[in-house]
Amino acid sequence: MRPGAFPRLRRDALIFAVLLACYVVLSGVVTNSYYQLMLTLVPIWAVMGLSWNLFSGYVGLTSFGHAVFFGLGAYTVALTMNAWNLTPWFGIPLGTVVGAVAAVLIGLPTFRLRGHYFALAMLAFPLVLLYVFQYLGYQEVSLPMKREQPWAWLQFTDPRGFTLVALGLLAMAFGISLAVENSRFGLTLMAIRQNELAAAAAGIDARRAKMAALVLSGAIAAAAGGLYACILLVVTPDAVFGMLTSAQALTVAMFGGVGTVWGPLIGAAVLIPLAETLHAELGNIIPGIQGVVYGLAIILVMLLAPEGLFWTLRDRFARTALPPELGPAPVLPTLTLRAPAAAGPVLRVENIGKSFGGLRAVDGVSFAVARGEILGIIGPNGAGKTTLFNLLNGVLPSDTGTAWLDGEVITGRPLHAICRAGVGRTFQVVRSFPRLSLLDNVLIGAYGAGLTGAAATTAAEVALARTGLAAQAQREAGALTNKELRLMELARAVAGQPHLLLLDETLAGLGREECEAVLSVLRELRAAGMTIVIIEHTMHAMLKLADRLVVIDRGRLLAEGAPRDVVENRAVIEAYLGRKWMAKTCST
Amino acid sequence: MDAQIFFENTLNACVSGLVIGCIYGLMCVGLSLIFGIMRVVNFAQGDLLMLGAYAAFYLVVVWGTMSVLGPAGPFVAALLAGPMVFCLGWLLHRFLLSRVSGLRTAGSLDEGHFGQLIVTLGVALILQNGGLILFGSTPRAVSTPLSSAAWLIETGPGDTTIFLNKARLIACLVALVVVVALWLLLERTRLGRALRAAADNPTAATYMGIDVDRAHRIAFALGSAVTAIAGGLVATYLSFTPFMGIDFVVIMYAGVVLGGMGSLLGAFWGGLTIGFVQQFSALALPPQLQNAAIFVVFLLIVVLRPQGLFGRSADRA
Repeated sequence: MRPGAFPRLRRDALIFAVLLACYVVLSGVVTNSYYQLMLTLVPIWAVMGLSWNLFSGYVGLTSFGHAVFFGLGAYTVALTMNAWNLTPWFGIPLGTVVGAVAAVLIGLPTFRLRGHYFALAMLAFPLVLLYVFQYLGYQEVSLPMKREQPWAWLQFTDPRGFTLVALGLLAMAFGISLAVENSRFGLTLMAIRQNELAAAAAGIDARRAKMAALVLSGAIAAAAGGLYACILLVVTPDAVFGMLTSAQALTVAMFGGVGTVWGPLIGAAVLIPLAETLHAELGNIIPGIQGVVYGLAIILVMLLAPEGLFWTLRDRFARTALPPELGPAPVLPTLTLRAPAAAGPVLRVENIGKSFGGLRAVDGVSFAVARGEILGIIGPNGAGKTTLFNLLNGVLPSDTGTAWLDGEVITGRPLHAICRAGVGRTFQVVRSFPRLSLLDNVLIGAYGAGLTGAAATTAAEVALARTGLAAQAQREAGALTNKELRLMELARAVAGQPHLLLLDETLAGLGREECEAVLSVLRELRAAGMTIVIIEHTMHAMLKLADRLVVIDRGRLLAEGAPRDVVENRAVIEAYLGRKWMAKTCST
Repeated sequence: MDAQIFFENTLNACVSGLVIGCIYGLMCVGLSLIFGIMRVVNFAQGDLLMLGAYAAFYLVVVWGTMSVLGPAGPFVAALLAGPMVFCLGWLLHRFLLSRVSGLRTAGSLDEGHFGQLIVTLGVALILQNGGLILFGSTPRAVSTPLSSAAWLIETGPGDTTIFLNKARLIACLVALVVVVALWLLLERTRLGRALRAAADNPTAATYMGIDVDRAHRIAFALGSAVTAIAGGLVATYLSFTPFMGIDFVVIMYAGVVLGGMGSLLGAFWGGLTIGFVQQFSALALPPQLQNAAIFVVFLLIVVLRPQGLFGRSADRA
């Protein structure tokens, strides 16, 4: 559970319980068997929508292939019942295992892809299975009827039995989704959705988190498929692996609202009765009406309310956020620093290098950073400063050389592992999580570093206080000014309690006064024992801040030393102002 | 004896791969205009192909308008499907896709791909199921006397015979002509240059005085039309239903990605390769699994050739 989530969790669970009770009463009243079937289908597709939302809604990778899990669940139930006489009460849980395993097998190769490539690849999986199941001779598998003790075989003479089971499944899926949404895990998923690189730089193992989400999602979808097989009593490849199944899962979730537990519920409650009624009334004359309804619904949502009904309504009706209250001037809390593992420099870099094709972006750079020092890195545009940072914190693999953090080799390790080892990083272009509050943004930094529970909350609050953002903790990051965003990124890096901060043009785009404010925050951090390496263009700020400067030009280390000495160095002036200018001024 | 049969089968797979591959190449070129060059994800491309097939079917079989042309009728009908679907593509872009692509999304986090995926998924659902409503679910075919006729070429050792289906061969030649014409249009004309500029960098093209929205609309409609022509050609040798698009959309994306994004001729070679793969898989696999084989190849291509080879590998930190 993450801080502040409990009241919302309790409220959501309560509303759901009330709705569920109303639904049970409604299904008890309805006697028409057709409407009863519809009442059963609504929770099933709501479960599918929740499953889709759990992965695509929170992680942000669009899946066009959730039918693959649905179909595997359905076939697991149908085939085990035929072959082993296994009751669906066991078949459905077995199906969830199959769905989870399929999720791992699909995720392993597919998570390398991004954006639309991921969506297209996901599309292919159910289609492959569709043809394979046809080939294996499972064009139509029916579930054997059991006359005695039908309930033991998940077969009910009264269709209301199915509705109850479907609602039970929905309650489980809703509970899981709610728990995820309000947990540390959910927060990391949302962080990945909004900005994968920033999440990784904050110490989150994005691949593992995505895999966990897909496994959970696949298991839930398989359960929905298994129950669906029991209701329809016959399974065909087209019905369970077909495009419409995947599209329906995606549509109910997107229509209702992406990234919230309520979205799929709203979507299923509106769209399923609509499509089913049209199908029943007009199905004979207009056979494809369901697909047309889903197609229209998804287009309209995308054009009119791209985040779905839930968010659009909430933005319209929710009260505007309270103005931030002004507290008393904060007393700076002490910064927790991890105990230094070894004496000597915090960071030592030897002969590190990286080429892009023929361009040597970083070419054999070596330097060291002493504990508690602020080291400035300067150099003309394109000199390789940011690339150097990318090599140091693992955004890019280096071609040559080694870097040690407190005597431990960090080159060659993945981004999130280097963060956990103690390297915090901010970016030239601010990489925030705009829909999350400032506190949540900073919490991600603490979680990423491996802190949990109260320790993480404390670390985040300390970091916010040290950067002067404590009063704004509840505001959405999307509403902050440039300076506040820069400070927030700094706070996120500090919350991970790093040994070393890498700051990439933290002062870029700030006015003189804002610049001073950030500089004093940095000085206080140093006073509290932090070691900082900063890239900066504004020379006057660098002269005031840095203890030492390193100059990089065309990927090479040009000069190193005290700020005053470095700026008077001939080679440095030449690199910044050009050879011609040098020749002109020196000759006159 | 077995070796000779094997040799004959392989030779025929080569020839039919070449012939089918040219038609696949044509449809890939259509998608390449939209996806490879404009970078718009169109999920409904397969369904535009389906419309092309039905356009040819209605022109030839239902209305019988092509009977005066004799055996050439179906191929002319396939070409006529182009302008018809061109209009539809124009409307689709005007009212739907222009809202989620082009200048509106240039520079946004994912270049609008999410919106395009979802909107075109909606279009695909409407076209497939709307097609079911309008055309029915009975498999259709545009059969001509040529469909069942073949030229036999006897070559090589023993009595090795190559079968050349006449309808397929003509369809293949028509496809080649359309690809060359399109290539000339894009490389040699002012319109072509404007299209390529607008697709490559919409913002810069605007500063050069190009009406980017219009250029995108033409490119989208043109891509739709070319794929529809390919659909009309497919109709001459394959029976089809309103749901044929889903198989072909995978073939097209496989071809475009394989051939390298952003290159029209690359997409053609990509499609040709996919044709070969399909025909060779017929040697080893039962017919039901041929499409599954193509999907597996598609997955392999997308996974083994990550974006680094044909696009930006990582965004700037």
